[in-house]
Parts: sequence; structure tokens; C-alpha cells
Amino acid sequence: MRHSDPTADDITTLIETQMHLEGPLLPIFHAIQDACGFVPESALPLIAGRLNLTVAEVHGVMSFYHDFRKTPAGKLVVRICRAEACQSMGGSALSAAVLDKLGLDWGDTTADGAVTVEAVYCLGLCACAPAAMVGDTLIARANVPRLERAMEGAA
Amino acid sequence: MDSAARALGAEDVVAAIRAEAARRGVTVDIARNGSRGMIWLEPLVEVETDAGRIGYGPMDAGGVAAIFDGGPSLGLVEDLDWMKRQTRLTFQRCGVIDPLSLPEYEAHGGLAGLRRAIGMDQDAIIDEVKLSGLRGRGGAGFPTGIKWDTVRLARADRKYIVCNADEGDSGTFADRMIMEGDPFCLIEGMAIAGIGCGAVQGYIYTRSEYPDAVAVMRRAIAIARKAGVIGPDVMGSGRAFELEVRVGAGAYVCGEETSLLNSLEGKRGVVRAKPPLPALEGAFGRPTVVNNVISLATVPVIFEKGAACYADFGLGRSKGTIPLQIAGNVARGGLFETAFGMPLGEIVQDLAGGTATGRPVKAVQVGGPLGAYLGVDQFDTPFGYEEFSGQDALIGHAGLVVFDDTADMPGMARFAMEFCAMESCGKCTPCRIGAVRGVETLDRIAAGDGAAVALLTDLCETMTDGSLCALGGLTPYPVMSALRLFPEEFGAMKGAAE
Ligand SMILES: Cc1cc2nc3c(=O)[nH]c(=O)nc-3n(C[C@H](O)[C@H](O)[C@H](O)COP(=O)(O)O)c2cc1C
Ligand code: SF4
Ligand code: FES
Ligand code: FES
Repeated sequence: MRHSDPTADDITTLIETQMHLEGPLLPIFHAIQDACGFVPESALPLIAGRLNLTVAEVHGVMSFYHDFRKTPAGKLVVRICRAEACQSMGGSALSAAVLDKLGLDWGDTTADGAVTVEAVYCLGLCACAPAAMVGDTLIARANVPRLERAMEGAA
Repeated sequence: MDSAARALGAEDVVAAIRAEAARRGVTVDIARNGSRGMIWLEPLVEVETDAGRIGYGPMDAGGVAAIFDGGPSLGLVEDLDWMKRQTRLTFQRCGVIDPLSLPEYEAHGGLAGLRRAIGMDQDAIIDEVKLSGLRGRGGAGFPTGIKWDTVRLARADRKYIVCNADEGDSGTFADRMIMEGDPFCLIEGMAIAGIGCGAVQGYIYTRSEYPDAVAVMRRAIAIARKAGVIGPDVMGSGRAFELEVRVGAGAYVCGEETSLLNSLEGKRGVVRAKPPLPALEGAFGRPTVVNNVISLATVPVIFEKGAACYADFGLGRSKGTIPLQIAGNVARGGLFETAFGMPLGEIVQDLAGGTATGRPVKAVQVGGPLGAYLGVDQFDTPFGYEEFSGQDALIGHAGLVVFDDTADMPGMARFAMEFCAMESCGKCTPCRIGAVRGVETLDRIAAGDGAAVALLTDLCETMTDGSLCALGGLTPYPVMSALRLFPEEFGAMKGAAE
């Protein structure tokens, strides 16, 4: 993931890569977020213009989905599963410990911009819970030391 | 290459095998397959021998040398109790073949179903599905053949097959395992649906939380298209079927079929009122089949082995097999495909071996976040649609999450309400506002206000009766079942909770 403020041309190019699709709006958001790390405000009028929607409509769609960010996340995103199977294996204590260590609440980023911790609701690793994702790496039977090691490895 | 195996260190094991082989100067042929579903044995290494595949697991990098030295093994994988007791139909190839090898897929029965379907009339295809007794595996259990027939008979310039791969229920991973472990099976099932209903375009809508499944599925589609399994001329039939993967964006409610269709069209994932049925006015206003991954991935084996053979398995109106996903606090977690009818207690105590912590089982939540908690005294309930409704419960997508006796049931009830509040699409008040009130009410109960229990019961009734979809309508299941099973934890007398 690149974290930079894209130009209008960058955005327009990304929009065009998805325009051949039926219902291209979500793929457009994903393409922009994959390339830039977030969906900048400046992209909304460009998308709206291309899809014949109002900016309010585009904003309304974007805000419905938990995944799309208005601002960049930290360099490393740690997602910890909060769903039931993970809770049955001590997931709540795990996430509390991680958040506490970093001094964060769900969704927050450390002051140096290094780490964002987010909640996720099931990673499909429910038979080897608790589960987490550090950057792109999935971790099953997660505990604090394993998460810390993965975070160091990714930093 | 199953993501659970990878999350347990499979990549390190592969690297260690390579290094050990190089050190010893032996050549090994490393094949990456999906998972057999024995997650408690992952990472599982299987060594091909004349007698069959010998298993080693759970493996880590340090244990690799022992494989080369002929150290202790699990024996033949096929002979393991967990494997022998299954009826693997939908999952017959998962964990066995290289998921992206079309030749291996064909060698293990793949494409036989599609070939047969191509030789049949559309109404014969639908009849075969009806005869199999297949019901939707996404939760509602609607007969698949009837849904397909509605779409087949609808007149339109364009129809769609949409695969619901939004598997958001905690405790479920069968869809993920098929997409990662046998993606051609889903492609084949969708192609049969396309031909049977006269649809030329298919979409697989899956979740952003499943990046590995997305990647494998996209590669498999490209391979299948190149080989002519899908595309303008499906296996020389003269019929077209195109397929594309779409990725959601972290909204649980988008697993609800009409919300999913809105999302696919690029709208907010708000639930649509029915009618119109998606089968008549679905994606982009056209007739659309929306089916779960497992429903569609079961179609090839029905056509390969025959509907009657499939319908022979099961119990009552729950025909065929169901991939149980055994999760949470269990000694042996994983996927186990079996004919409907196995009692809940056998699954939890015998297959899963009780809890991972070794403590007594307290409750089992079946069917995801909208599913009821069942207590030990309900363990004789056979696993089937009607049998579970008889217990005010549901099988949903067949995920089971086991809790030991330390589970905080009011806390779990609160979580159910919190999840509903967070994921509500906002369309109806009982769900949007009711869930928020539910959290507040459970907080009052936790603070010792026993009188709030009656309030909670009323609130749940309002949600059940007044919600447009099952998110608001079924969240009372986990809440009320927790209250019914463990009233004392809610500060209520047993009688008062009923
Ligand atoms: C809140 C909610 C979430 C749902 N999530 C899923 C899901 O993730 N996967 C799924 O197949 N069905 C899900 N369903 C059920 C679908 O609405 C629909 O019944 C199903 O996709 C139909 O396919 P089937 O007949 O093959 O089961 C959900 C329903 C609700 C109300
Ligand atoms: S019950 Fe909830 S999720 Fe379902 S339509 Fe109503 S507000 Fe939306
Ligand atoms: S509940 Fe956490 S991975 Fe499924
Ligand atoms: S999300 Fe953790 S076990 Fe399922």
C-alpha cells in the first residue's frame, strides 16, 4: 500500500480501470484504497461525475461500508477478531492487552503513525481461535507474544 | 494453501521441508493443497506412499527433520477416525487435490456433473436439483430447485447467478475452504445453475476479510475460462457463462441477499423489501439466483452421482450432507461433512472432544451471531433444519461455537445486541433503535437491575415481530436463549424468564 495524496489524474486513471464493470462503484473505492491506502475526499466529485451520481450519493455509499477510510491508517494495520468463536478462546482479553500496551482504543493509530488497531468480525479462523491479522499476515491461536513478534517482523 | 493452515505456520513448514531436502540432497515434490478440515492437525503434511498418504501434524519447522527420518506419523490420513466417519460429497476433493489444477480436478470426478447437465434440458436440470432435496446452506434452507425454477421461468433479456460468499458468521469457514481448496467445484456448480436457468453472467460476492480466497478464486476463474469451462461456449455446449468475483467492504448485513444485491450494484447495502423476490427482480433488476457457496458447490456432485443418491443421505426434510464447522473452545476444531441427523452432543463431545481448555461445556452457539445458544440438556437434538427450529434454534450455515463454563452469558447477549446495532442497515426501527436499547438494557441488568429483564424480553419480541430482515429479527435468538438457559446470571428467576 502506498500512502500518498494522489493527484486528480491518478484518481481518474483508477476510476477508468473499473468502468467496464457492471456496478463499478465498490470496485472503484477498492481500487483507490488499494493504491492510496484511503479514499481521499477529492476523489468523491471525480467518481460522482463519472458515474452520474451526486457527491452526496457517493459519500453515502462510501460511509455505509466499514472498510473504506477517509484518512490514511497507520503504517501497519493490526486487525483482531472480536467475534464469538474468538471470544470463546480468550479473544477479548487478548485485544484488551494489545490495546492497553499500545495505549489505543479500537480504530486508533499510535501517535507516531506506526500502528492502527482495528476490530474485525471473523476471519474464518474460528477453529483455531483467537485470530488476528498483522498487515497481510494471518495469525491463528494468537497471543500477545505472537502478535508482538509479528508486529516487529512487519515494522 | 488454506489460510487457516497458513495462519498456523504452514509457510514456515514448507520452507523447512525445502531446506531439509536440500541439506540431505533429496528431491521432494511439494504440492500445495487445500485443507482436509482437520484444523487441529494443521499444518498437516501428507507424504505420498504406495499405500496412500501418510500424515504428519500438527507440524512445525522443528519437526520437519523427523518426517525425513521416518519418525512417528498419524498413519494413513484416510484412516483417521475424523476422515473415516465423514460422508464427503461437497468436500470430496478439498485437501486432496491441487486447487488450481484442472486436470487433477477432472481426475477426481470434476466436470462430470457439468458434462451431464449440458446434455439435459433446462427443466430436467431443475428437476434433478429438486429431486436431490438440496436446500440453501446460507441459513434460510429454502429449496434450491424451486428458486432456480422461478428464475428459469422468468422472462428477461438477462439473468444472473449470484453466489453469496459473504460468509460473515462467526464459527463458519466452509465457504472459505471451498474457495481456497476446490474453487473449480464452485465454478462448475455456478455454470450448471447458469445453464439450467438461462443465465449468462455469474458473480461471486465475497468478503474483504478473505483475501486468500479472493486470489485463488480469481486465478481459478482465469484457468477455467482459458480451458473453455466457462466463457462464450461452455464446454462446447454453445452456451455462454461468464464469472466474476466481487469483494465486499466489511458489512455483515451484505450477506443478506437483497443487501448483497444493492452492494453489488454499487449502492448502500440496505435491505430491500420483498416482494419482489430476487428471483424475479434481483441484480440490476433482472431475475437472479442468489445461493450460498455450499449450495452451489454441492450441485456438481448431485449431477455426478445422481439426485437420488444425494437424497438418500440425511434425515426427514434435511436431505444430503452438511459440512459442520466446529469452532471456538474445542479440543478438535475443523470441518466435518456428514449426513444430516447427527446429534449435537455427539458433534461436541465426541467429534470435537469437548473443550480445548478441558473445562465442561457450558453452551454451544449454532448458526452464527443470529443463532441460539444450546445447552447440554439439548445435546440429543439431531442436526437438521426442522429439529433445530423445534428447539427455537437454527442451523444457519452450520457453524458451531463451543463455550466452556467460564463463558459470561449476559456478556454474550450484550455482544449480540451490540453486533446488531453496529451492523444494522438502518432501514427499520426495531432493529436500528431496538439493538441500541438492548445494549443499554443488558447494561442495566449487569448493574443489578433485575427488573430490566422483563424489558429485555419485550424488546426482543418487538425486534422479532417488527424487523424486515433476519438481522433484527433473529438477534433475539442468542439473547433470549442465553436468558432462558442461564436466568440466574441475568439476575432473574427461572420462571420469570419464560
Ligand atoms: C444478516 C444476514 C446475513 C446473512 N449472511 C449470509 C451469508 O454470509 N452467506 C449466505 O449464503 N447467506 C447469508 N444470509 C442468507 C441470505 O439472505 C440468503 O438466504 C442466502 O444467500 C440464500 O442462499 P441459499 O438458499 O443457497 O442459502 C444472511 C441473511 C441475513 C439476514
Ligand atoms: S432488520 Fe435491521 S438489518 Fe434488517 S432491514 Fe431492518 S434495519 Fe436493516
Ligand atoms: S470468530 Fe474470529 S475468526 Fe471467526
Ligand atoms: S473470528 Fe476468531 S475464531 Fe472466528
